[in-house]
Amino acid sequence: MIISEQWLREWVNPALSTEELAHQITMAGLEVDALDPVAGEFSGVVVAEIISAEQHPDADKLRVCEVDAGGERVQIVCGAPNARAGLKAPLATVGGVLPGDFKIKKAKLRGVESFGMLCAEKELGLSEADAGLMELPADAPVGADLREYLRLDDNMIEIGLTPNRADCLGVCGIAREVGLLNNIHVHAPAMEPVPASIEDSFPVELVNPERCPRFVSRVIRGIDITRPSPAWLQERLRRVGLRSIDAVVDVTNYVMMELGQPMHAFDLGKLSGGIRVRTAIAGESLELLDGQTLELDEQTLVIADHDKALAMAGIMGGEGSSVTDATRDLFLEVAFFAPELMAGRARSYGLHTDASHRFERGVDSTLQVAAMERATALLLDIVGGQAGPLCETVSQKHLPQTADVCLREARIEKLLGFSLAPAEVERILGGLGMGVSRTDEGWLCSVPSWRFDIAIEADLLEELARVYGYNRLPVTTIHAGLTIPARDEARLPLRQVRDHLAARGYREAITYSFVDPRLQRLFDPGVEPVALNNPISADMSVMRTSLLPGLVASMLRNTNRQQSRVRLFETGLRFLPGEDCLKQVPTLAMLITGPRLAEGWTHDTDAVDFFDLKGDLESLLALTRAAGNVTFESAHRDALHPGQTALIRRDQEVVGYIGALHPAVCRELDLPANVLACEITLSAVTQAELPAFAELSKFPEVRRDLSFTVERVIPVTELLENVRASAGTYLKDLTLFDVYEGKGIDPKRKSVALGLTFRDLSRTLSEQDVNVAVNQVIDSLEKNYKAELRN
Amino acid sequence: MENLDALASEARAAIEAAADAAALEQLRVDYLGKKGQITALLKGLGKLSPEERPEAGARINVVKQDLQDLIGERKAAMENAAVAEKLAAETIDVTLPGRGQSTGGIHPVTRTMERMEDFFGAIGFEVVEGPEIEDDYHNFEALNIPAHHPARAMHDTFYVDEHTVLRTHTSPVQVRVMESREPPLKVIAPGRVYRCDSDLTHTPMFHQVEGLLIDEHSSFADLKGIIAQFLRVFFEKELDVRFRPSYFPFTEPSAEVDIQCVNCGGSGCRVCSHTGWIEVLGCGMVHPKVFESSNIDPEKYSGFAFGMGVERLAMLRYGVNDLRLFFDNDLRFLEQF
Repeated sequence: MIISEQWLREWVNPALSTEELAHQITMAGLEVDALDPVAGEFSGVVVAEIISAEQHPDADKLRVCEVDAGGERVQIVCGAPNARAGLKAPLATVGGVLPGDFKIKKAKLRGVESFGMLCAEKELGLSEADAGLMELPADAPVGADLREYLRLDDNMIEIGLTPNRADCLGVCGIAREVGLLNNIHVHAPAMEPVPASIEDSFPVELVNPERCPRFVSRVIRGIDITRPSPAWLQERLRRVGLRSIDAVVDVTNYVMMELGQPMHAFDLGKLSGGIRVRTAIAGESLELLDGQTLELDEQTLVIADHDKALAMAGIMGGEGSSVTDATRDLFLEVAFFAPELMAGRARSYGLHTDASHRFERGVDSTLQVAAMERATALLLDIVGGQAGPLCETVSQKHLPQTADVCLREARIEKLLGFSLAPAEVERILGGLGMGVSRTDEGWLCSVPSWRFDIAIEADLLEELARVYGYNRLPVTTIHAGLTIPARDEARLPLRQVRDHLAARGYREAITYSFVDPRLQRLFDPGVEPVALNNPISADMSVMRTSLLPGLVASMLRNTNRQQSRVRLFETGLRFLPGEDCLKQVPTLAMLITGPRLAEGWTHDTDAVDFFDLKGDLESLLALTRAAGNVTFESAHRDALHPGQTALIRRDQEVVGYIGALHPAVCRELDLPANVLACEITLSAVTQAELPAFAELSKFPEVRRDLSFTVERVIPVTELLENVRASAGTYLKDLTLFDVYEGKGIDPKRKSVALGLTFRDLSRTLSEQDVNVAVNQVIDSLEKNYKAELRN
Repeated sequence: MENLDALASEARAAIEAAADAAALEQLRVDYLGKKGQITALLKGLGKLSPEERPEAGARINVVKQDLQDLIGERKAAMENAAVAEKLAAETIDVTLPGRGQSTGGIHPVTRTMERMEDFFGAIGFEVVEGPEIEDDYHNFEALNIPAHHPARAMHDTFYVDEHTVLRTHTSPVQVRVMESREPPLKVIAPGRVYRCDSDLTHTPMFHQVEGLLIDEHSSFADLKGIIAQFLRVFFEKELDVRFRPSYFPFTEPSAEVDIQCVNCGGSGCRVCSHTGWIEVLGCGMVHPKVFESSNIDPEKYSGFAFGMGVERLAMLRYGVNDLRLFFDNDLRFLEQF
């Protein structure tokens, strides 16, 4: 909402500079977003009248004008298409300065002398309009200084109003605030009743009084619509961001900006029978003022006559009943529409107007008569005509009731943390327009009709704090009990997971939770992801069921920028649609490519492989002390290499997978050929086991190494499990220290070498003890895996 | 005996001149060995009279000891030289970089959230989480934002269906905590939030940290205190902080908090749009209606809530000038943190 400082100061004029005023209202909760002068810096610009405009002898687009600048006539060469005899326009005289420190000098244009410059609005910093000269009203005094004539020493104050402060959607509301803050009087302009000079009225029926409980109307006959709005009115509107249309529209807009009450003028001659304020009939259509024709629904309130809908009530007028150049008789309407029933209506049609903005937030339900009188007086002044009587159609029981709210003195201290002298409380509440009476506990306040946002005690507390000044309220240090929340030691903090990966060379990425459905399908074709109804773009339209599409896109971004070694991880939710409910699963994903080590002088340039990523994952699992519960089993998965992919299980349950991206996927996505990916449910790497002490043996350990061959397809994990199971209780440690395939070995077989460490808590193991254990192991491997012992 | 002195000086000269350990050993054998010349002198003592014998023996032993020491010294010197030579040959360029993995790092948003968690954790706040695909009730209704409330227009909401949204703020976590626990409560809820808005200064996803404190006597003054302290600790600076009245349907009184611009110190610059102030968070006392939706007695309990934009704080803290960089995951950006 933009207001003009001058306009505001007409209502209330505190002894504050512009900046002080802006700061004051900002600190009262009406945040000033911008403060701009209404015109650029210029001088030496006067009102001038073009006496004659002749074609320039040597230039098609230029005219040579004789201009009356007040007192003297000067010759001006001008290129504006609207330069014509009789037009009054601003003239920058020789010696004058326009915005941008542009000094006006005598000039010669195509051989013709020019003594100044006729100006467009843009050249004066008034608006962006530069299609032609600024057209001043016919009664503008020739020779007058333009700054003084238009009172351009003014500022536009743009206020970012919060939705609760509908009362400030007009100059009067902001003036009320400023008056209160400075403890000074507010001077509202006179809004005396305008006596009727004719008897004419037009019948009004409120079919849906719950939606429109008050409707004030008036007939004005015999207006002269050709009379333009006076300069002051046009200027005022311009300074609050509105364009002048014609005097009737300008006046209704002026009243809206002044009082916050939208209103509408109909061409009486186009109305038939009488007014009915009713909800639309389904399918009823209406051509709006902006030219579009809408099909209305039954939730939409319309102002109709006996034949048809005329306007969308409180949103926009209709084209068919609008005021035009031919209009002679007006039907003026000022209504109150119930905000809760207006809410969302305009938006459901994709509309948002100054009127709907106000009615949705709420308009003072007692304001309609005053607004009508104000508008009538202005209209009669400008376009003349005969006013009929003011007619008010009202359904009292549907009008909003203002609240009486109790304020307990003790609550001020409890909630705001300070006490306020009762006299000050009463001054502030009274200044807000409340009727205040003292009660045993505090005060009873009757809320004024314009502050319908105030309904409960907390609202009053806020008002007190706000007007007193948030910054003057005390600051305390909280004192709270030292009950420290419990922390589960068996849960690894996420922070430790992140730090561990960072220490192993990974960079944390944060990618969008919505991804490209194409990438999503590539990694998780079996799952129909949650789709957004209103995505920001097609490539951010589904909720990820895997973190990999996002990480892959991030990797690609980097590999496309000459980064060959990329190691990324991310933690966040996956969104998994399920039969009965959507699951949002905290997940960790890792993605690596490029050389194992950063490029360096040691010439260790091997590319990463499956076991690099697996090693990193295992080191993370080791932090949980539960790595032994996690198993990997060969598996197939979309987008991953069929021979280099494993499912990850923890305590039998599948918790994730790890593998190389399928070469075809890398090719399709333009990724490097060698990318390893892993995705695992976060709880599988954070759910830890507490350390549990085990007795240290005083007796020596015995190590035996076994080397044997088995068929290549047998997973080593299985062999290790078999060894653990068959070795007996003395086996304390089992190490895999070699796996070999190739020269010297049957091509269908591989050699596996294991280190077995035996120990007992209570005695030194004998040779015999160890031999028995080792023979059990060998027997079992031979029997179950056809293992052949080497040498 | 008369030639003992001559023999001693001859031996000393020879020991001094010995070129290596082998030569030294030969000299030791020649003089001090079983058949050595000094040994021979000692053997010859028997030929002397008992009166002369003690004195002559002592003299010879002095020389013998002297030579032994000298040989020992020379030997040690030679060994030291050999070691020094070997060490010299083993010299490396210690300025070469170390071998091994380069370190990675955590995302600046995470880093910022962790610092916030540290502050609030230290004063007893517990970190809680909630769903990101949220129902309309928790995201709006329970926070006193009914359907069609104008405040909804401030949230450009992503819809999954009519009743399901991507949470537009972390405030629904407040509601979930109030529903499931009894006051007193002290929690913060960091996490991702979503708004259907994307331009130079908006990304459709960003992060917030929500805080909630409820007990039997917490006031707006406490809220001011905690926020001012947080900002001082976060920026490691004494900063001017101002509280401006604002409006959030779920708090009352509500405030927006501005800090003195960390870029220009308040004199006005591009970062603060020449106002000298930067808005950093919104906060307020929990609205009685929010208490009522969660069955907490607003007469007995009071509390406050605050919500901070993590990216905004991170940008101010580290001088990041483009919000979108946070989600590009460009290593050249990530490596700076």
